Amino acid sequence: MDDIYREQILEHARYPHNFGTLEQPTVSHEEYNPLCGDRVRIDLLIEDGVIADVRFSGKGCAISQASASMLTDEIKGMDVETAKAFSKDDLLTLIGIPLSKNPTRLKCALLSLKALKAGLYGVASVDVDDE
Amino acid sequence: MSILSQFDVLAIRREFPILQQEVNGKLVAFLDSAASSQKPRQVIDCLEDYYRRYNANVHRGVYKFSEEATFAYERARGKVARFIGATSPRELVFTRNATEAVNLVARAWGDANLRPGDRILLTLMEHHSNIVPWQMLAARVGASLDYLSLDGEGRLALEELDTKLTERTRLVAVAHQSNVLGTINPVAYLAERVHAVDAKLLVDGAQSVPHMPVNVQELGCDFLVFSGHKMCGPTGIGGLWARREILEAMPPFLGGGSMIKVVELDHSTYADVPARFEAGTPAIAEAIALGEAVDFLNRVGMASIRRHEVELLGYALERLAEVTGLTLYGPHTTEQRGAVFSFTLEGVHPHDVAAVLDSEGVAVRAGHHCTQPLHRLLDVPATTRASLYIYNTAEEIDRLVASLEKAKRLFA
Repeated sequence: MDDIYREQILEHARYPHNFGTLEQPTVSHEEYNPLCGDRVRIDLLIEDGVIADVRFSGKGCAISQASASMLTDEIKGMDVETAKAFSKDDLLTLIGIPLSKNPTRLKCALLSLKALKAGLYGVASVDVDDE
Repeated sequence: MSILSQFDVLAIRREFPILQQEVNGKLVAFLDSAASSQKPRQVIDCLEDYYRRYNANVHRGVYKFSEEATFAYERARGKVARFIGATSPRELVFTRNATEAVNLVARAWGDANLRPGDRILLTLMEHHSNIVPWQMLAARVGASLDYLSLDGEGRLALEELDTKLTERTRLVAVAHQSNVLGTINPVAYLAERVHAVDAKLLVDGAQSVPHMPVNVQELGCDFLVFSGHKMCGPTGIGGLWARREILEAMPPFLGGGSMIKVVELDHSTYADVPARFEAGTPAIAEAIALGEAVDFLNRVGMASIRRHEVELLGYALERLAEVTGLTLYGPHTTEQRGAVFSFTLEGVHPHDVAAVLDSEGVAVRAGHHCTQPLHRLLDVPATTRASLYIYNTAEEIDRLVASLEKAKRLFA
């Protein structure tokens, strides 16, 4: 437990970066985790194939909020093709907490990545667990 | 604790091997029995004894093992039937769980008895298993659904019966006890009202049959469903009780072996009840072990179990009220309430609460507990739930409260 609630995670959960919405997003997608009722929406402003700005909104546990906060930091300024290739393992490395043996909390961490990818690919939903 | 003087909870705990385990360096405080209870040694031994000593299919072989298995399986049916006050073992159908039992009624009884324009009355506190099968039935037959709403304490708004119980209502399905709020519903009163409009009453006993004396004659219902794994029995076994004449008039649910009399090439005739509803090889070991679980519960006594839980319930309500920032859903008194506590903690997501509790060896559940409509009514996406049973102690409630304080400090 103390592994997953490291100070960095708690900080991001308390004071999430890039929290909010964009007025005219190029892409906006919301993902819902029916298991725990968490929601994460990601708004992207894409200019010349690059993610020029990003915001996320929604409600969820510390893991899902911190994950969204760190992911949005990471992809700001990233080109769209690189962001599309951003994998589950990349995200887990980024947030730096051991969740591989905790499938329930893994879903919390991956919620923002699902929203990002479904938004970028323009599809209703993607399965990032199987990557 | 002196409050538990008549009930030797420590002796009972010794019967449950899993409770001797440590989690994260602390003796486990298992507070998730509303999801699934733990199993006493005699139930675990019973499963093993069947596989080691007389494993064979039932109602088929003429050899010793099969005869012994058949005898034990049918004896278990008798034990379970008596446990809920059935007048005959023939009124008790073994199912996988309460969910399958509801689906059985919806398919077999519902398809044969509901017509377009008929109505099914549910409540906003129902578990998904007592909602979705009725939605599916309504879609098949062209019926519609009504829901009784709840008051601020999480009790049924009974005055709505005057308008929502109509002459087109064919069935009312209601939980005996809410798996989230703990509310115990006035089933006997509902039965009177339901029968006055010539409808049938199905009671979801998943949360009541394990925790209090339940007698179908006193409830006055027409169907009772329950799950074995919540009452010290194994997973994969549960029950449907139905009034004899209703059960006998019902067409089959699943087709296959054991549920037939004669099979021709183009049609078949069906077995008498309850075999008609038990197609295929049943969960034999599990049924026999559920009979063993019933023996265990009877030895402790259902009235004693209920008394123990009401004492803990009163203590838990007091202790939880001391936790600032905690919102408890459901009745705040012990009156007509079970020992189930769903709550939110200000500033801490229910999943995070459960994870912090787990680090202290306290096992609770977080989520919507298969009651999305109820959580929408409460206007929260999720809650944390602690639920008590026969083996829980006041000390474990103290640990729950101390762990909640730890969660508050961590996320402050």
